[in-house]
Amino acid sequence: MLILECPCCGVMADETELAPGGEAHLKRYGPGSSDEEFEGYLFHRMNPKGVHFERWRHANGCGKWFLAARDTNTLEVFATYSAQTPEPPQHVLDAIRAKRPDWSLDQ
Amino acid sequence: MSEVSALMGAVAEGRTRVEEGGLVGMITLRGDLDSARVKAAVKDATGLDVPGQRQVVTGDDASVAWMSPDELLIVVAHDQAPGTVAAMAQALADEFATVANVSDARALFRVSGPSAREAVAKLAPVDLHPASFGAGEMRRTRLAQVPAAIWLSGDDELSLICFRSVAKYVFGILELSAADGAEVGIF
Repeated sequence: MLILECPCCGVMADETELAPGGEAHLKRYGPGSSDEEFEGYLFHRMNPKGVHFERWRHANGCGKWFLAARDTNTLEVFATYSAQTPEPPQHVLDAIRAKRPDWSLDQ
Repeated sequence: MSEVSALMGAVAEGRTRVEEGGLVGMITLRGDLDSARVKAAVKDATGLDVPGQRQVVTGDDASVAWMSPDELLIVVAHDQAPGTVAAMAQALADEFATVANVSDARALFRVSGPSAREAVAKLAPVDLHPASFGAGEMRRTRLAQVPAAIWLSGDDELSLICFRSVAKYVFGILELSAADGAEVGIF
Protein backbone atom coordinates (compact mmCIF):
# COMPACT_ATOMS: atom_id res chain seq x y z
CA MET A 1 0.00 0.00 0.00
CA LEU A 2 1.33 3.37 -1.03
CA ILE A 3 1.07 6.21 1.50
CA LEU A 4 2.01 9.74 0.42
CA GLU A 5 2.09 12.88 2.55
CA CYS A 6 0.00 15.57 0.85
CA PRO A 7 2.09 18.78 1.02
CA CYS A 8 -1.08 20.89 0.70
CA CYS A 9 -2.98 19.61 3.76
CA GLY A 10 -0.31 17.61 5.62
CA VAL A 11 -2.30 14.37 5.68
CA MET A 12 -0.56 11.02 5.32
CA ALA A 13 -2.87 9.94 2.56
CA ASP A 14 -3.56 6.34 1.70
CA GLU A 15 -3.36 5.45 -1.99
CA THR A 16 -7.14 5.03 -2.10
CA GLU A 17 -7.57 8.73 -1.21
CA LEU A 18 -5.43 9.73 -4.18
CA ALA A 19 -5.84 9.89 -7.93
CA PRO A 20 -2.75 9.28 -10.09
CA GLY A 21 -1.84 11.88 -12.71
CA GLY A 22 1.03 10.26 -14.59
CA GLU A 23 4.59 11.47 -15.03
CA ALA A 24 5.63 14.87 -13.68
CA HIS A 25 7.84 17.57 -15.21
CA LEU A 26 6.92 16.68 -18.79
CA LYS A 27 7.15 19.26 -21.52
CA ARG A 28 3.92 18.81 -23.40
CA TYR A 29 4.63 19.41 -27.09
CA GLY A 30 1.48 20.31 -28.99
CA PRO A 31 0.45 22.37 -32.04
CA GLY A 32 3.44 24.15 -33.57
CA SER A 33 6.02 21.62 -32.36
CA SER A 34 8.05 19.46 -34.71
CA ASP A 35 7.01 15.89 -35.47
CA GLU A 36 10.08 14.58 -33.63
CA GLU A 37 9.24 16.55 -30.48
CA PHE A 38 5.62 15.42 -30.50
CA GLU A 39 6.57 11.81 -31.16
CA GLY A 40 9.11 11.98 -28.33
CA TYR A 41 6.53 13.41 -25.93
CA LEU A 42 3.93 10.80 -26.86
CA PHE A 43 5.94 7.62 -27.24
CA HIS A 44 9.56 7.89 -26.12
CA ARG A 45 9.42 8.12 -22.34
CA MET A 46 12.38 7.01 -20.24
CA ASN A 47 10.18 4.93 -17.91
CA PRO A 48 13.13 3.77 -15.78
CA LYS A 49 12.80 0.91 -13.33
CA GLY A 50 13.43 2.91 -10.18
CA VAL A 51 13.15 6.62 -9.45
CA HIS A 52 10.05 8.30 -10.88
CA PHE A 53 8.58 11.76 -10.53
CA GLU A 54 4.79 11.57 -10.53
CA ARG A 55 1.73 13.80 -10.33
CA TRP A 56 -0.91 12.89 -7.77
CA ARG A 57 -4.16 14.53 -6.74
CA HIS A 58 -5.55 14.31 -3.22
CA ALA A 59 -8.96 13.57 -4.75
CA ASN A 60 -10.75 12.31 -1.63
CA GLY A 61 -9.18 15.00 0.51
CA CYS A 62 -8.16 18.60 -0.05
CA GLY A 63 -8.50 18.17 -3.81
CA LYS A 64 -5.06 19.62 -4.62
CA TRP A 65 -2.41 18.35 -7.02
CA PHE A 66 1.07 17.62 -5.75
CA LEU A 67 4.20 15.84 -6.99
CA ALA A 68 5.95 12.81 -5.56
CA ALA A 69 9.40 11.31 -6.07
CA ARG A 70 9.35 7.57 -5.46
CA ASP A 71 10.89 4.30 -6.54
CA THR A 72 8.53 2.22 -8.67
CA ASN A 73 10.64 -0.84 -7.97
CA THR A 74 10.74 -0.75 -4.16
CA LEU A 75 7.72 1.57 -3.59
CA GLU A 76 10.03 3.73 -1.45
CA VAL A 77 8.86 7.36 -1.27
CA PHE A 78 11.66 9.96 -1.29
CA ALA A 79 9.61 13.14 -1.03
CA THR A 80 6.38 14.86 -1.95
CA TYR A 81 6.40 18.50 -3.01
CA SER A 82 4.42 21.35 -4.53
CA ALA A 83 2.96 20.91 -8.01
CA GLN A 84 3.93 24.52 -8.77
CA THR A 85 7.50 23.37 -9.42
CA PRO A 86 8.85 23.18 -13.00
CA GLU A 87 11.67 20.80 -12.07
CA PRO A 88 12.53 18.68 -9.00
CA PRO A 89 13.72 21.00 -6.19
CA GLN A 90 17.16 20.52 -4.64
CA HIS A 91 15.91 18.99 -1.36
CA VAL A 92 14.10 16.29 -3.34
CA LEU A 93 17.21 15.53 -5.43
CA ASP A 94 19.25 15.40 -2.22
CA ALA A 95 16.76 12.98 -0.64
CA ILE A 96 17.00 10.68 -3.66
CA ARG A 97 20.81 10.85 -3.84
CA ALA A 98 21.08 10.08 -0.14
CA LYS A 99 19.57 6.67 -0.87
CA ARG A 100 20.59 6.21 -4.52
CA PRO A 101 24.15 7.62 -4.80
CA ASP A 102 24.49 6.47 -8.43
CA TRP A 103 21.23 8.00 -9.60
CA SER A 104 21.23 10.99 -11.95
CA LEU A 105 18.33 13.11 -13.19
CA ASP A 106 18.93 12.42 -16.91
CA GLN A 107 19.46 8.69 -16.65
CA MET B 1 -33.48 26.27 -0.50
CA SER B 2 -34.77 22.78 0.04
CA GLU B 3 -37.50 22.37 2.64
CA VAL B 4 -36.41 18.88 3.63
CA SER B 5 -33.01 17.35 4.29
CA ALA B 6 -31.66 14.46 2.22
CA LEU B 7 -33.08 11.64 4.37
CA MET B 8 -35.53 13.75 6.43
CA GLY B 9 -33.71 13.02 9.70
CA ALA B 10 -33.49 9.24 9.36
CA VAL B 11 -32.20 7.48 12.49
CA ALA B 12 -30.69 4.03 13.05
CA GLU B 13 -30.96 3.23 16.77
CA GLY B 14 -28.57 0.94 18.58
CA ARG B 15 -25.60 1.05 20.93
CA THR B 16 -24.06 3.25 18.24
CA ARG B 17 -26.63 5.69 16.96
CA VAL B 18 -26.57 6.96 13.36
CA GLU B 19 -28.63 10.02 12.60
CA GLU B 20 -29.07 12.18 9.55
CA GLY B 21 -28.51 15.70 10.82
CA GLY B 22 -31.48 17.44 9.23
CA LEU B 23 -31.38 20.86 7.61
CA VAL B 24 -28.06 22.64 8.15
CA GLY B 25 -26.76 25.78 6.48
CA MET B 26 -23.41 25.21 4.77
CA ILE B 27 -21.41 27.87 2.98
CA THR B 28 -18.28 27.37 0.92
CA LEU B 29 -15.79 30.23 0.82
CA ARG B 30 -12.93 30.01 -1.64
CA GLY B 31 -10.21 32.60 -1.74
CA ASP B 32 -6.89 33.59 -0.21
CA LEU B 33 -7.24 32.57 3.45
CA ASP B 34 -4.32 34.82 4.43
CA SER B 35 -6.10 37.90 3.10
CA ALA B 36 -7.09 40.39 5.79
CA ARG B 37 -10.45 41.01 4.12
CA VAL B 38 -11.31 37.32 3.99
CA LYS B 39 -10.43 37.02 7.68
CA ALA B 40 -12.54 40.07 8.49
CA ALA B 41 -15.50 38.77 6.47
CA VAL B 42 -15.41 35.43 8.31
CA LYS B 43 -15.09 37.20 11.66
CA ASP B 44 -18.02 39.52 10.92
CA ALA B 45 -20.25 36.68 9.69
CA THR B 46 -19.51 34.10 12.38
CA GLY B 47 -17.53 35.77 15.18
CA LEU B 48 -14.80 33.17 14.56
CA ASP B 49 -11.23 33.33 13.31
CA VAL B 50 -10.08 31.57 10.16
CA PRO B 51 -8.91 28.13 11.37
CA GLY B 52 -5.43 26.78 10.69
CA GLN B 53 -4.62 23.79 8.51
CA ARG B 54 -7.21 21.00 8.96
CA GLN B 55 -8.74 22.73 11.99
CA VAL B 56 -12.38 23.34 12.75
CA VAL B 57 -13.44 26.08 15.16
CA THR B 58 -16.90 26.18 16.71
CA GLY B 59 -18.73 29.13 18.24
CA ASP B 60 -22.18 29.54 19.74
CA ASP B 61 -24.10 29.38 16.50
CA ALA B 62 -21.54 28.75 13.75
CA SER B 63 -18.55 26.59 12.87
CA VAL B 64 -15.73 27.30 10.44
CA ALA B 65 -13.69 24.44 8.99
CA TRP B 66 -10.47 24.46 6.94
CA MET B 67 -11.16 22.31 3.86
CA SER B 68 -8.13 23.00 1.64
CA PRO B 69 -5.47 25.73 1.36
CA ASP B 70 -7.98 28.04 -0.32
CA GLU B 71 -11.33 26.78 0.96
CA LEU B 72 -13.39 27.13 4.14
CA LEU B 73 -16.70 25.54 5.08
CA ILE B 74 -18.94 27.66 7.26
CA VAL B 75 -21.74 25.85 9.07
CA VAL B 76 -24.67 27.96 10.31
CA ALA B 77 -28.37 27.46 10.97
CA HIS B 78 -30.23 26.56 7.78
CA ASP B 79 -32.36 29.71 7.71
CA GLN B 80 -29.31 31.90 8.37
CA ALA B 81 -27.39 30.69 5.32
CA PRO B 82 -28.84 32.98 2.61
CA GLY B 83 -28.32 36.09 4.73
CA THR B 84 -24.78 35.09 5.70
CA VAL B 85 -23.89 34.38 2.07
CA ALA B 86 -25.25 37.76 0.97
CA ALA B 87 -23.35 39.62 3.70
CA MET B 88 -20.08 37.82 2.98
CA ALA B 89 -20.42 38.18 -0.79
CA GLN B 90 -20.90 41.92 -0.33
CA ALA B 91 -17.92 42.20 2.03
CA LEU B 92 -15.76 40.32 -0.50
CA ALA B 93 -17.14 41.96 -3.65
CA ASP B 94 -13.74 43.36 -4.68
CA GLU B 95 -11.76 40.38 -3.42
CA PHE B 96 -10.76 37.40 -5.59
CA ALA B 97 -13.05 35.10 -3.61
CA THR B 98 -16.27 33.12 -4.04
CA VAL B 99 -19.02 32.56 -1.48
CA ALA B 100 -21.62 29.89 -2.27
CA ASN B 101 -24.54 28.43 -0.36
CA VAL B 102 -24.05 24.65 -0.59
CA SER B 103 -26.61 23.69 2.10
CA ASP B 104 -28.74 21.73 -0.33
CA ALA B 105 -25.78 20.01 -1.98
CA ARG B 106 -24.66 18.24 1.17
CA ALA B 107 -25.94 15.93 3.85
CA LEU B 108 -24.83 15.85 7.49
CA PHE B 109 -24.67 12.73 9.65
CA ARG B 110 -23.96 12.21 13.34
CA VAL B 111 -22.62 8.93 14.69
CA SER B 112 -22.68 8.71 18.48
CA GLY B 113 -21.97 6.11 21.12
CA PRO B 114 -18.94 4.47 22.73
CA SER B 115 -18.02 2.71 19.44
CA ALA B 116 -18.71 5.67 17.16
CA ARG B 117 -15.03 6.08 16.21
CA GLU B 118 -14.81 2.42 15.31
CA ALA B 119 -17.95 2.49 13.18
CA VAL B 120 -16.47 5.28 11.07
CA ALA B 121 -12.91 3.91 11.12
CA LYS B 122 -14.12 0.75 9.40
CA LEU B 123 -15.12 2.83 6.40
CA ALA B 124 -12.28 5.35 6.03
CA PRO B 125 -8.50 4.98 5.46
CA VAL B 126 -7.85 7.21 8.48
CA ASP B 127 -6.38 6.52 11.92
CA LEU B 128 -9.28 7.57 14.15
CA HIS B 129 -7.66 6.34 17.38
CA PRO B 130 -8.10 8.95 20.15
CA ALA B 131 -4.31 9.43 20.23
CA SER B 132 -4.24 10.40 16.55
CA PHE B 133 -7.55 12.12 15.89
CA GLY B 134 -8.83 14.62 18.40
CA ALA B 135 -11.34 17.40 18.78
CA GLY B 136 -10.87 20.39 16.52
CA GLU B 137 -9.55 18.45 13.52
CA MET B 138 -11.38 18.33 10.20
CA ARG B 139 -10.42 15.31 8.13
CA ARG B 140 -11.53 15.09 4.53
CA THR B 141 -11.32 11.54 3.32
CA ARG B 142 -13.14 8.68 1.66
CA LEU B 143 -16.04 6.81 3.26
CA ALA B 144 -16.15 3.47 1.44
CA GLN B 145 -16.59 4.71 -2.13
CA VAL B 146 -17.52 8.37 -1.67
CA PRO B 147 -15.74 11.53 -0.41
CA ALA B 148 -16.65 12.76 3.07
CA ALA B 149 -15.42 15.09 5.80
CA ILE B 150 -15.25 13.95 9.43
CA TRP B 151 -14.82 15.82 12.68
CA LEU B 152 -15.34 15.13 16.34
CA SER B 153 -18.42 17.02 17.52
CA GLY B 154 -18.65 15.57 21.04
CA ASP B 155 -16.94 13.17 23.43
CA ASP B 156 -18.44 10.13 21.75
CA GLU B 157 -19.87 11.75 18.67
CA LEU B 158 -18.52 12.19 15.16
CA SER B 159 -20.12 14.36 12.52
CA LEU B 160 -19.80 13.67 8.82
CA ILE B 161 -20.60 15.63 5.71
CA CYS B 162 -21.07 14.03 2.30
CA PHE B 163 -22.74 14.96 -0.97
CA ARG B 164 -26.52 14.87 -0.82
CA SER B 165 -26.68 12.61 -3.88
CA VAL B 166 -24.93 9.81 -1.94
CA ALA B 167 -26.69 10.39 1.41
CA LYS B 168 -28.66 7.15 1.25
CA TYR B 169 -25.53 5.16 0.46
CA VAL B 170 -23.65 6.76 3.37
CA PHE B 171 -26.52 6.14 5.76
CA GLY B 172 -26.60 2.51 4.63
CA ILE B 173 -22.89 1.86 5.19
CA LEU B 174 -22.90 3.72 8.52
CA GLU B 175 -25.92 1.74 9.70
CA LEU B 176 -24.23 -1.54 8.76
CA SER B 177 -20.90 -0.53 10.30
CA ALA B 178 -22.57 0.64 13.52
CA ALA B 179 -24.93 -2.32 13.92
CA ASP B 180 -25.15 -3.91 17.36
CA GLY B 181 -22.70 -6.79 17.54
CA ALA B 182 -20.42 -5.29 14.88
CA GLU B 183 -18.11 -3.63 17.42
CA VAL B 184 -14.47 -4.62 17.10
CA GLY B 185 -13.27 -3.19 20.40
CA ILE B 186 -9.86 -2.16 19.12
CA PHE B 187 -9.92 1.51 20.23
